[in-house]
Amino acid sequence: MSASFSRAWLLDETPASRSQAAWGRRYRAWLDLRSNPLAMIGLVVVVAFVLLSLAAPLLATHDPGVQDLTNRLAKPSAAHWFGTDELGRDIYSRILYGGRVTLGMVIAVVVLVAPLGLAVGCVAGYAGGTVDRILMRVTDVFLAFPRLILALAFVAALKPGVESAVLAIALTAWPPYARLARAETMTVRNSDFVAACRLTGAPAGRIVLRHIAPLCVPSLIVRITLDMSSIIITAASLGFLGMGAQPPSPEWGAMIATAKRFIFEQWWVPTIPGLAIFMASLAFNFLGDGLRDVLDPKQR
Amino acid sequence: MLVDIQNLRVSFATRTGTFEAVRGVSFQIGTEKLGIVGESGSGKSLTARALMRLLPQNARITADRLSFDGVDILKADERAMRGLRGKRAGFILQDPKYSLNPVMTIGRQVAESWRQHKGGSRKEALEAAVDLLDQVRIRDPRRVCDLYPHEVSGGMGQRVMIAMMLAPDPALLIADEPTSALDATVQAEILRLMEDLVSKRGMGLILISHDLPLVSHFCDRVAVMYSGRVMEELSAGTLAQAKHPYTKGLLNCLPSLTHPKPRLPVLSRDAAWLQS
Amino acid sequence: MTKRLNALAGLLASVGLTLLGLVIITFLIGRVMPIDPVIAAVGDNAPQEVVERARLEMGLDQPILMQFFHYVVQLLHGDLGRSILTKNPVISDIARYFPATLELATAAVIVAALIGIPLGVWAAVKQGTWIDQAIRVVCLAGHSLPVFVLAMISLLVFYAALGIAPGPGRQDIVFQDMIPHVTGLLTVDSIIAGDWDAFWDALAHMVQPVCILAYFSMAYITRMTRAFMLDALRGEYVITARAKGLSSMSVIWIHAFPNVGVQLVTVLALTYAGLLEGAVVTETVFSWPGLGQYLTVSLMNADMNPVMGATLLVGLVYVGLNLLADAVYRQLDPRVR
Repeated sequence: MSASFSRAWLLDETPASRSQAAWGRRYRAWLDLRSNPLAMIGLVVVVAFVLLSLAAPLLATHDPGVQDLTNRLAKPSAAHWFGTDELGRDIYSRILYGGRVTLGMVIAVVVLVAPLGLAVGCVAGYAGGTVDRILMRVTDVFLAFPRLILALAFVAALKPGVESAVLAIALTAWPPYARLARAETMTVRNSDFVAACRLTGAPAGRIVLRHIAPLCVPSLIVRITLDMSSIIITAASLGFLGMGAQPPSPEWGAMIATAKRFIFEQWWVPTIPGLAIFMASLAFNFLGDGLRDVLDPKQR
Repeated sequence: MLVDIQNLRVSFATRTGTFEAVRGVSFQIGTEKLGIVGESGSGKSLTARALMRLLPQNARITADRLSFDGVDILKADERAMRGLRGKRAGFILQDPKYSLNPVMTIGRQVAESWRQHKGGSRKEALEAAVDLLDQVRIRDPRRVCDLYPHEVSGGMGQRVMIAMMLAPDPALLIADEPTSALDATVQAEILRLMEDLVSKRGMGLILISHDLPLVSHFCDRVAVMYSGRVMEELSAGTLAQAKHPYTKGLLNCLPSLTHPKPRLPVLSRDAAWLQS
Repeated sequence: MTKRLNALAGLLASVGLTLLGLVIITFLIGRVMPIDPVIAAVGDNAPQEVVERARLEMGLDQPILMQFFHYVVQLLHGDLGRSILTKNPVISDIARYFPATLELATAAVIVAALIGIPLGVWAAVKQGTWIDQAIRVVCLAGHSLPVFVLAMISLLVFYAALGIAPGPGRQDIVFQDMIPHVTGLLTVDSIIAGDWDAFWDALAHMVQPVCILAYFSMAYITRMTRAFMLDALRGEYVITARAKGLSSMSVIWIHAFPNVGVQLVTVLALTYAGLLEGAVVTETVFSWPGLGQYLTVSLMNADMNPVMGATLLVGLVYVGLNLLADAVYRQLDPRVR
């Protein structure tokens, strides 16, 4: 590991150690990704999105909650870069803070969903038999509802708000991950290296955790990245329908919901948050699409 | 001269440069049977596919001369190539399980091949297909016409493939490992059928295989390829007098009933063969 | 024969289990409400004894398992309960609103397939070229645009600014209630009634929502078509077809595409089901009196019977479409027939 991370060391066709092989693989994937302009655009925008959201308090020109009724629905100007909304709040600052809400929801959903999906999928795939059948039947049931409708119903049953929106989206988002992880597990469970591992006496838990789950991770990462955009859109749609983040919150979907009646006169008020959703979700799509080409060449 | 190849090279671009899979192959063939033998990765399939220009898009072909029937394949447009493919040269692939279209009936696939180059109505084409299937000794050809490829055995599938490729009466048949996916018992049958039809119709044949004795049995001449080059070309009868160490090595690796050896030798390769 | 029967039994069992799961989930949605359904039904200010009587009538004093049992029995009788908001049985409300959504979704899936499939094939054939990239960008953009944003911008541009498209709604007020109700699909009904002005009006109102929904689902169809097609084009039988001397058009459409068509059936079925979801948001923006709007309006008012009914219906449609796709798949692919 003492060797420097030189290009030659990374691209060595005959790596001397496991870590060199692993880093070499990562470096090649990075080179592939770098040669894909769309993916790089996506990566840059995603990084910018995360940084802008984190630095929102530093970058915002106004307090996103402060109303100024004398200056409502103002056009974009030097004082208010994106204009003001129906309560005279600065749209630019609200967009920045709204990014935090969206980012938080996306991260929360992924943190809830990815480990659950991975666990269910790996267990179902590796155990097979009855366990597999029961788990897959459960995912079937969840898959049978379109995501937004089930999320809407759950939120309505819980209580509209960011937390229930996250829960509802997570509840509807995990089945595809379980399916994916199961499919990946099925392809490797009967391979020789797993058999070899079993022969050395490794318990099932160790095999799943150390040998099978890591192999599911690349396709899961691809899926998550592509899914980010649909999580963003579902969250915004819930907000738009009044079932997600509630109005004083600068969530982008909720902003559009309150501003949609001004679309014909002050078109920028609802359009700017719309553009923000579009950019964030498109960036994740570009990045995910590029990652799929690199990490999951079968699906190319 | 049907086929004339001079210094054919096929290369693929990779991350670290280009990989040359075929490096300067030359041979000529008229109305005769040429066998091309080599281990996997020796470039024998690519050579055959280059002749039909059926290589993957990322392949680069260069040659001093690559002509078929007087047509310069490197310069011919796609239209001219379509006139060559099928009509002048048939191409038989390795495994009928994959090389026949799974969602099209056998009759339609054979008829399509006939109609593409001879014209005529659907009905005539279907009659021709039945006749062709009969020629490749398929029993009850009318019934087989309505079957899908997954419903017939590998041997039967390869007969269908032969019928399909002979339909437009080509002057040359290229067979790329036509029997390696089949059971040992049907292999000889298929090869005999192919040889029989080729001789009867006065066609040329390029038979690609990794089985040296088999090829020498069915062909007039044999070219031995290794790592993208032709190591040696000799007539099938004089295989025993092979000079090149690689050919000799291949022959030595065969177990013999009359001269049993306690241990089969391991094939040795020499980097010097690739010089020059 | 017994093998077929076994397969059929297995299929029925799995469909039955899925349906049971659907019913359980909808039931739970209806029961974990923070708002007391009794209060929602009789109003905040009802006297105590009215509340108690309603509670008894609604069977809410019984254990949850009994309640579930009653719910299932009701469902089997085709009874989805009554909507508090419209005062109608949910089932007749759904019968009124669903055709509007069906009309929208059907038109959208047809448009999406007609554009998306050729686009996907084209992208696969031109893999790696700028054409492929351009199609990819168009598709990813379709996946990234929330339907309601697109709908709003479309209304802004085509209705408000350019004035070439009609506004929200299903028809002009002039034609309201003029067309006798036969199928519930306005375009079909106006043809049946022979009223061509009404037909053109209904069609004009459909153009915007249909195009928006179609763009959204086209993105998915194109992406899947491209992936399947790339796979098919790598097949050995494509080499065979080319070796026969067929034109590239024949190779693509006669040999490679039929192998893809089989898989596309499933994609189209999923798209169709997904359109019901897209319709929820689109209908809100376009004031389209369909199932989606019915669902959201009921949700806002904590009117749970319609929510449960509509959710169950969407789930049923999804399961039904999947079964249909499976059956068509079996018919089309000789290997599984």
